[in-house]
Amino acid sequence: MKRRWEALKPWSWLAIFLAAMAASFAFGFHPGKQVFGHFRTFAIEMVTLIPFIFILVGLFDVWFPREQVQRHIGQRSGLKGILLVILLAMLQVGPLYGAFPVAYLLHRKGASIRNIFIYLGAFSSLKIPMLGIEIGYLGISFTLARTLISLPLFIGIGYLLEWYLKDRRFTIQEPKAQQGR
Amino acid sequence: MIDSAVVFIVLALGATLVSFLKDRRKTAQGLQKGWKMFLNVLPSFVNILMLVSVALYVVPSSLIVRTLGPGSGWVGMAMAALVGSIALIPGFISYPIAAVLVQQGASYATVAIFMTTLMLVGVMTLPLESSYFGRRVAVLRNALNFLAAIVIGLFVGWVL
Repeated sequence: MKRRWEALKPWSWLAIFLAAMAASFAFGFHPGKQVFGHFRTFAIEMVTLIPFIFILVGLFDVWFPREQVQRHIGQRSGLKGILLVILLAMLQVGPLYGAFPVAYLLHRKGASIRNIFIYLGAFSSLKIPMLGIEIGYLGISFTLARTLISLPLFIGIGYLLEWYLKDRRFTIQEPKAQQGR
Repeated sequence: MIDSAVVFIVLALGATLVSFLKDRRKTAQGLQKGWKMFLNVLPSFVNILMLVSVALYVVPSSLIVRTLGPGSGWVGMAMAALVGSIALIPGFISYPIAAVLVQQGASYATVAIFMTTLMLVGVMTLPLESSYFGRRVAVLRNALNFLAAIVIGLFVGWVL
């Protein structure tokens, strides 16, 4: 019983919203009707777009497992290393703070400082699921323009930080006990 | 919007067909994975759509155009950069907002700056980042990324 309630919990806002909408229509509350009009447009938009993006993302995940890329990333540097690190980042999902532990892992496996920061840049804004949604909402030309200018900047930041940190004994630490985070 | 939906539907069906012909088991796995990810983001997605629906009624589009539109210039961009750097909004959720801003008349440069600072700069997660890289490097990385985000935004606005 309790577990069933947990499963429904994410939908509580929707329930409240729909109840408010029903009341608006029942009592002829005009602003409510207008809000619902917006919502209906968005919902239709979402249903026709998002499921198909996730079909692509799921298939991509199965055919190009990220472990496969990760295996080749440690020692290599140069152009191939950069490309692999970007590809690895593109295959990830989740928010940026989820990339820090991976950066730590890469660092421990011997990835260069440059590649680690290129990884962070690519992770933050070139993940494939995100690109899919971005194209869906803002159009392919927006995404292309943003991606094309982003890549050289991220690589530049990687080189810059590597140059700055070269003689400074830079290490990436694993945070000690994560207090309440 | 509808055009891109058609493109994605065709792409998704085509990819599924090719994948199915090559390996049925993998295809089933992939579809399952995608479906699970979709269910995971669905509640937060629906929530933000409700929020945006209400916000669209409360905040008139003329106000959006005035503060973030083509005429808003540097002030609009600075505001977009500030909000984007501080706010913690997952990408899945920020794209519908960005699309609405564009529809309501915000300029591409401003929306791009908002999106890129959101993705690249994390003021709120700075303490966490510092615990990995040290404070100095974390601040440096965010500062460099902030500059990059501005350049990216200006470039996108110039191209589109």
